[in-house]
Amino acid sequence: MTITPSETALEAADVTKRYGAVRALEGVSMRVPRGSCTALVGESGSGKTTLLRTFNRMVDPDAGVVRVAGEDVRRADPVRLRRSLGYVQQEGGLLPHWTILRNAALVPWLQERADAEERARSALDLVGLPRSTHARYPRELSGGQRQRAALARALAGDRSILLLDEPFGALDAITRVDVQRTFARVRAEVEPTVLLVTHDLREAFLLADRVVVMRSGGIEREASPDDLRRQPGSPYVAELLDKAGVA
Amino acid sequence: MTRARAPRPGCLAAARSGSVALATLGLVTWAPLLSVAADPVAAQSDRPVVVASKPFAESFVLAEMFARLLEERGYAVERRPGLGATEIAFEALRTDEIDVYPEYTGTGLLAILGEDPPASSAAAYRRVASVFEERWGVRWLPPLGFENTYAVAVRPETADSLGLATLSDLARAAGGLVAGFTPDFIGRADGLPGLRAAYGLEPREVRALLQAVKYQALAEGRVDVIDGYATDGQIARYGLTVLADDRGFFPPYDASALVSRRLVQDRPGALLVLSELSGRIDEPLMRELNRRVEVEGDDVADVAAAGLRTVGLAAEGGPSRTARPAAGSDRLRGDGLPAYLWARRADTLSQTRRHLLLVLLSLVAGFCVAVPLGLALERARTVAEAVIRGVGVLQTVPSIALLAFMIPLLGIGIVPAVVALFLYSLFPMVRNTYTGVRDADASAVASARALGMTERQLLRWVRLPLAAPVIMAGVRTAAVINVGTATLAAFIGAGGLGDPIVAGLALSDTRLILSGAIPAAALALLVDAALSIAERAVGPRGVR
Repeated sequence: MTITPSETALEAADVTKRYGAVRALEGVSMRVPRGSCTALVGESGSGKTTLLRTFNRMVDPDAGVVRVAGEDVRRADPVRLRRSLGYVQQEGGLLPHWTILRNAALVPWLQERADAEERARSALDLVGLPRSTHARYPRELSGGQRQRAALARALAGDRSILLLDEPFGALDAITRVDVQRTFARVRAEVEPTVLLVTHDLREAFLLADRVVVMRSGGIEREASPDDLRRQPGSPYVAELLDKAGVA
Repeated sequence: MTRARAPRPGCLAAARSGSVALATLGLVTWAPLLSVAADPVAAQSDRPVVVASKPFAESFVLAEMFARLLEERGYAVERRPGLGATEIAFEALRTDEIDVYPEYTGTGLLAILGEDPPASSAAAYRRVASVFEERWGVRWLPPLGFENTYAVAVRPETADSLGLATLSDLARAAGGLVAGFTPDFIGRADGLPGLRAAYGLEPREVRALLQAVKYQALAEGRVDVIDGYATDGQIARYGLTVLADDRGFFPPYDASALVSRRLVQDRPGALLVLSELSGRIDEPLMRELNRRVEVEGDDVADVAAAGLRTVGLAAEGGPSRTARPAAGSDRLRGDGLPAYLWARRADTLSQTRRHLLLVLLSLVAGFCVAVPLGLALERARTVAEAVIRGVGVLQTVPSIALLAFMIPLLGIGIVPAVVALFLYSLFPMVRNTYTGVRDADASAVASARALGMTERQLLRWVRLPLAAPVIMAGVRTAAVINVGTATLAAFIGAGGLGDPIVAGLALSDTRLILSGAIPAAALALLVDAALSIAERAVGPRGVR
């Protein structure tokens, strides 16, 4: 899927998702402008991961419309849609029985691209993994290296849209800063559209240019980090900012 | 090829006419066949005559006598000694899988027909002869000449101290006695249930004991009462007191050759040869032959040859030794176990090969069914647990029962054994495939799906490779179970390392049992070790 020249890369319009009696998403509308990094923040159960997963159709909403590059995802073949979207989850989810290089080449390999390995190598270079790691298996790498490899895997495909679900959440503080820096550098170089789910407001302020605060399946506040800091807009957001020490 | 059709002579009429002495009856019945017997084509045609026995010494000896006599008269013979219990042997005969085995009139009436036997031997024979012929075309040749009814025995001290001479006496004292009966006897209408009804016999405790250990258990005082047979060689050996059946409960048990319909129709000459034995073996002779096998440990083949010489049906010096060795030939009494095992190595090797064949065939077939089934269940998790539990129930069917179920469907020999083992192998492999694939690294599976792997690709590239060691562990479990269970395949004539075990149990020959049990145990260990290596080998690099 190629990105049409639209200013909105990802869009959710009045999206609702229920699991039995639990309302995971309740009439959520939001946009992710092209080339931006939008952070979805909120406490556990606020619906941020569910919202992210509607974009690659890992979750199909009960109501509302989800668009990727202007196209309603319901009309897209889920497998092709997913191959067009980079994705990283908290534990990385690398295939334990594949080498780092093969893991990174997964998406272009699924797309049957002849240059799959080339793309994997350059993605691994981009995230700063030395060539000596290419033939290794995931468990032979450190946690930080594994998350870099997962990021490379997300970048080896079309690299225009990345869905990141707590990608740095499981790392220790020092490693996290390291990988976050790498991510910032990659963003500057590749300029992808990023939707980043995090429970860490500091991380959101550091990496994102738009922050969407979610609360019990709805959107509490949507603003740039600076606006949010100046005008929390609700006691709940003010409290979150205060707790995170970014007020 | 010419087939000599057996005329259906006035056998039934003769049998019903009754009052003639049994041996005479035989001659009358078979007279019309004399002309056919000379036909050499009949003797050469077809497959060999399949001679079988049940798994106890007397049955082995009689079957071997049948086999030798037929060979002496120019028939090719195949031996299938030690078939399960009555159900298995008769089922095999009824379905023409075997041609002849020694059976007892009382057993035919009670265990097969489910009828109460008449008190007289002649009436019992007339009844089985006519009903079996009518119902299945199966023929009872005229009785061999001895009766082998059940005998309930106690130690002489017990008899003295409690004043036991009859079963009525026993019933009075039974409340303080422990009985050790064969499983067969405990279950059969002419065994314990019948004794309960006829005498009110209620022992304090009833233990199921195999033939092989019963006498020793009695001698050592672990049990007080056992069941035996009138012609039992062991009763004399241990000097036991046999209690009189004062109410005439035990039915007549005249031994006969029971012959398949196919043999009746196609090989009348063979019937005639077999009926030469009718009326020739009396109780003292049978007891002596049994004693030689059970007590002296003589080779069944030698004893059977001696028996034939005694009744004047074999040339002095005996026929060439063509008997198959499973029934305990090459016994080296006095030598140590290692020497004995070494002497049997050729048999052991061929039995091991057959054993491995049974295990491999069933395992490969099981694998081809269990793995796809496990994968299908993973896609249908709502029914998965129910189906797996259903397959698990198969595991609880006793092996012997499962083997017996197979006979009407598949006959005897290697095919039903492989099918039964196949059924036993399913559960561990289905369960491990299902759980292995279901529980494969959840985060790897989730992210691979989110990056656009199809379900098929997920299975091929992620779940199966990650589940492979778990599936292999299931294969390993199934293989070890099958190596053990395959020893029971001997009961339905499938051969393997169960052959010497069954024969050894029947003949109370510990070394013969060990000559099957030791290689079977070694084989289980070897298979387990080999498959544990395979288990590691299929584990993908990176997760080992």
